[in-house]
Amino acid sequence: MVAALTRIFGVHNLALAEDVVQDALCRALEVWRFHGVPENPGAWLMATAKNRAIDVLRHQRTARDYAPELGRLLETEWTLAPVVTELFSQHEIEDDVLRMMFTCCNPRVSEEAQVALVLNVMSGFTASEIAQVCLCSEAAIEKRLARAKATLAESKTLFEIAGSSEIAARLDVIHRALYLLFSEGYHGAHPETALRSELCVEAIRLTEILAHHEATAVPQTFALAALMTLHAARLPGRVQGGELSPLLEQDRSSWDRALIDRGVRWLELSATGDRLSEYHVEAAIAVEHTTAARAEDTRWDRIASLYDTLHVLRPTPVVALNRAIAIAQRDGPERGLVAIDAIPDKARLEAYPFFFAAVGELELRRGHMDAARSGFERAHELARNPEERRFFQSRIAAT
Amino acid sequence: MSQFLYLFRGGNVEGPPEQMQQHMQKWVGWMKQLSETGNLKGGEPLEKGGKVVTQKNVTDGPFAEAKDVVGGYILVEAKDLPHAVEISRGCPILAVGGSVEVRPVSKM
Repeated sequence: MVAALTRIFGVHNLALAEDVVQDALCRALEVWRFHGVPENPGAWLMATAKNRAIDVLRHQRTARDYAPELGRLLETEWTLAPVVTELFSQHEIEDDVLRMMFTCCNPRVSEEAQVALVLNVMSGFTASEIAQVCLCSEAAIEKRLARAKATLAESKTLFEIAGSSEIAARLDVIHRALYLLFSEGYHGAHPETALRSELCVEAIRLTEILAHHEATAVPQTFALAALMTLHAARLPGRVQGGELSPLLEQDRSSWDRALIDRGVRWLELSATGDRLSEYHVEAAIAVEHTTAARAEDTRWDRIASLYDTLHVLRPTPVVALNRAIAIAQRDGPERGLVAIDAIPDKARLEAYPFFFAAVGELELRRGHMDAARSGFERAHELARNPEERRFFQSRIAAT
Repeated sequence: MSQFLYLFRGGNVEGPPEQMQQHMQKWVGWMKQLSETGNLKGGEPLEKGGKVVTQKNVTDGPFAEAKDVVGGYILVEAKDLPHAVEISRGCPILAVGGSVEVRPVSKM
């Protein structure tokens, strides 16, 4: 919705576009409270935002400049409403979403800011939610967003995709932002709930828009779509009876077969390029998990070596931690603990509850109850929502 | 370049909504074209009713027959009168029995 409105108002009026969306949401809350939620809430919101946009254009016709390419069409009643209606049609909106994603990934703003912009503008993340995803302070994110929006405003129109030479460079950033969005939904830091599948759905939606557009349908996009759909297929098993369930104990029959098939198809499509991206490797890992009929059928040797590759492509402490866990599965808990100890910048995991939980798990497995207990206790202290707290509580009880 | 006022008369499309919709689409298409070529300088459609004011009184109006009522106007920039007439030939109102009055803006 912000994308369509920005196309109409121009990038320099991004704040106005956001205000209109905000207005539409407030209006929805007001009206729905009394009349109930309409049958198609999305369409209702869209229509409300559209009418609000037309109002704004009528009243501030000459107070500002809008998108230059629409020029006079917005200034006259002859065309105002029909043109806005057309820009709100499904096809145009998908196009605008794509152009908006590219606009956010402007090389003149820093990469961190690009990711923050995508999350904020495309997916409606608040500064505090972005701060949690990016592991930094809310104030820093607010400053980053304000500065980035000022830079975007220097160009008045959305990024033109046709014939642009910048697509490849900007696409990498879009991929990363969507990846973060998906991760936040999958094992996010939200204080109320560990799992927000609507974020995963949003990330998949945006990624599949990329995968269906000829300019952005490249192997990396397919790989990203593959890894998201394969992970999402396991979502129904991740929370069982309101409790987080670890991968190895999940009821595999609850996994979404249709999504797994879709993921495997994306992965097949992704195997065409000459560049092995981190998403390829991650998707390959996800396929190993989803195609193992039982937990004990998992091919840990394959997974551990895939994590080796991933760690070369993306040497972060979280990847290193996952690699250590795969090594523990393959070679036993001692080797896993050695690998954890060898993580170069593991200080950055100090606030990550699953780091201590992993240590606890491996200590438990080799029978060091005290060390296991203190690991789970640290994890429990750091837990970010009730599901995590209850889960770690149950692990403490097991020591 | 000179400016010309186009006055649109008549050509009211009555019928099922799809037909009205189709006609509207044609108008939007024509306007877009004029906007892209830079010929369109402004203008608005007009409501049917209104008032006619003279020194002596104010009456409901205009009283002209439906086909003579001005339904809207636009301001167009063109080389000369023949060019302005040429541009006006694309107007969808002509296909439904309406007319375009093309008047050069007087330079006083």
